[in-house]
Amino acid sequence: MTLKATPLNNAHRAAGARMVDFGGWDMPVNYGSQIEEHHAVRTDVGMFDVAHMCVVDIKGDNVRAFLRGLLANNVDKLQVSGKALYSCMLNPQGYVIDDLIVYFINESWFRLVVNAGTAEKDVAWMQQQNRATNSGLTITQRRDGASAMALIAVQGPNARAKVWQVIPESQAVSAEIKPFNVAFAHSAVFGEAMIARTGYTGEDGFEIGVAAEQAEALWNALAAAGVKPAGLGARDTLRLEAGMNLYGQDMDETVNPLDAGLAWTIDLVSERDFIGKAALQSMGQNAQFVGLILREKGGVLRAHQKVIVAGTEATGEITSGTFSPTMQQAIALARVPMNVAVGDTVHVEIRDKKLAASVVKLPFVRNGKILAV
Amino acid sequence: MNIPADLKYTESHEWVRAEADGTVTVGITEFAQDALGDIVFVELPKVGASFGAGDDAAVVESVKAASDIYAPIAGEIIAVNDDVVNAPESINSDAYAAWLFKIKPADAGAIDGLLDAAAYGKTTDH
Repeated sequence: MTLKATPLNNAHRAAGARMVDFGGWDMPVNYGSQIEEHHAVRTDVGMFDVAHMCVVDIKGDNVRAFLRGLLANNVDKLQVSGKALYSCMLNPQGYVIDDLIVYFINESWFRLVVNAGTAEKDVAWMQQQNRATNSGLTITQRRDGASAMALIAVQGPNARAKVWQVIPESQAVSAEIKPFNVAFAHSAVFGEAMIARTGYTGEDGFEIGVAAEQAEALWNALAAAGVKPAGLGARDTLRLEAGMNLYGQDMDETVNPLDAGLAWTIDLVSERDFIGKAALQSMGQNAQFVGLILREKGGVLRAHQKVIVAGTEATGEITSGTFSPTMQQAIALARVPMNVAVGDTVHVEIRDKKLAASVVKLPFVRNGKILAV
Repeated sequence: MNIPADLKYTESHEWVRAEADGTVTVGITEFAQDALGDIVFVELPKVGASFGAGDDAAVVESVKAASDIYAPIAGEIIAVNDDVVNAPESINSDAYAAWLFKIKPADAGAIDGLLDAAAYGKTTDH
């Protein structure tokens, strides 16, 4: 099978990236050292090609009413133009079709950014719901074709300053926006640019959307300004330290989102009905999602390792694990039984050993600071 | 990719050096460390342990993944390199200096059956 390529593929190869097959996409895993790229984002600034992710524009009369039913989080939290919200999109059984960010632009235009590997499934589901509810909306993917956009995430304490240096027109519109908001700039060099103060690293920064044919020029200009290219390897260790879920790893269509640490994004209180709500109410929460820090030497925490809890037959499972470059310790996200508490010691099976790990509150790291110890 | 001509190799990316005293020294190749990425943990066998050729003898973990290291030939472990346990990243900096363990071969001729540099180079061509 031929791998799909983003508009930045040539730039990655020119920079000497190690490329991997990431869900059918030919993507950079690192440009030399994953750990150096990780530290660049925590202490300075780095950038990620996230053009494999898909922008979906939903336009028409009363988009809000449609999204109230489609998304588990409540779009009525979005009352000011430019505000963004993280949400899951559930199936009627209450499981997760995808997680996404929805940006409120105006009442007849909301923009969603969905995961790479799920984009086609997501758009098909949205179209099906559009027909089923007779909403009459126009749902357009912006990853392929004439109106294709490409996303570049610039992240780190110096990210915003670098973006303003490279796209001077973006400063006036984005200097005052708060985290989880979006603004639009017109750049003389790069054309229309979406400037969203969002990301997946636990650091400040922008996710920038430009026309696909402008992406390589923007990437090269950012690199020339001193923004370090960072691969999917660093993206994974950064998001894991930030305690952020990864679709397909920490939750998917077989996992109850209440058991995957996503209860804060799911509104079961208001009277609003949404797809999956009834199923979630009947399933309830049966596990909790916590952080683990390995306390003994003997390996690195990895997905699918078993978590043993003293005094109970029930076990937990690590869903994402790695060696944290910031903390210099093995850390993990894990689904564990409800009776486990923050501060408890549990044991993780690594090869033939059972090693002690502490249960901690997420996130591990935020804005360059270690929070979980 | 650096593949020293004076070493022997396995298809699973271990390098093997025949020492003057008849023992062999084992590490992982430049290709292997590059594929693994930043190495953060090494577990070595116990001195005195015996392995058959191809048995799991050690573990190297990078940020990305865990990888088993196999005994290239049968024999007894006579020394391990504790320096790499304390500084796993030294394998990334110089894979041919950062040896993992030394084996006293059960069969002195076993090393002749391993790949030479040219043959190993062919296995890493893509």
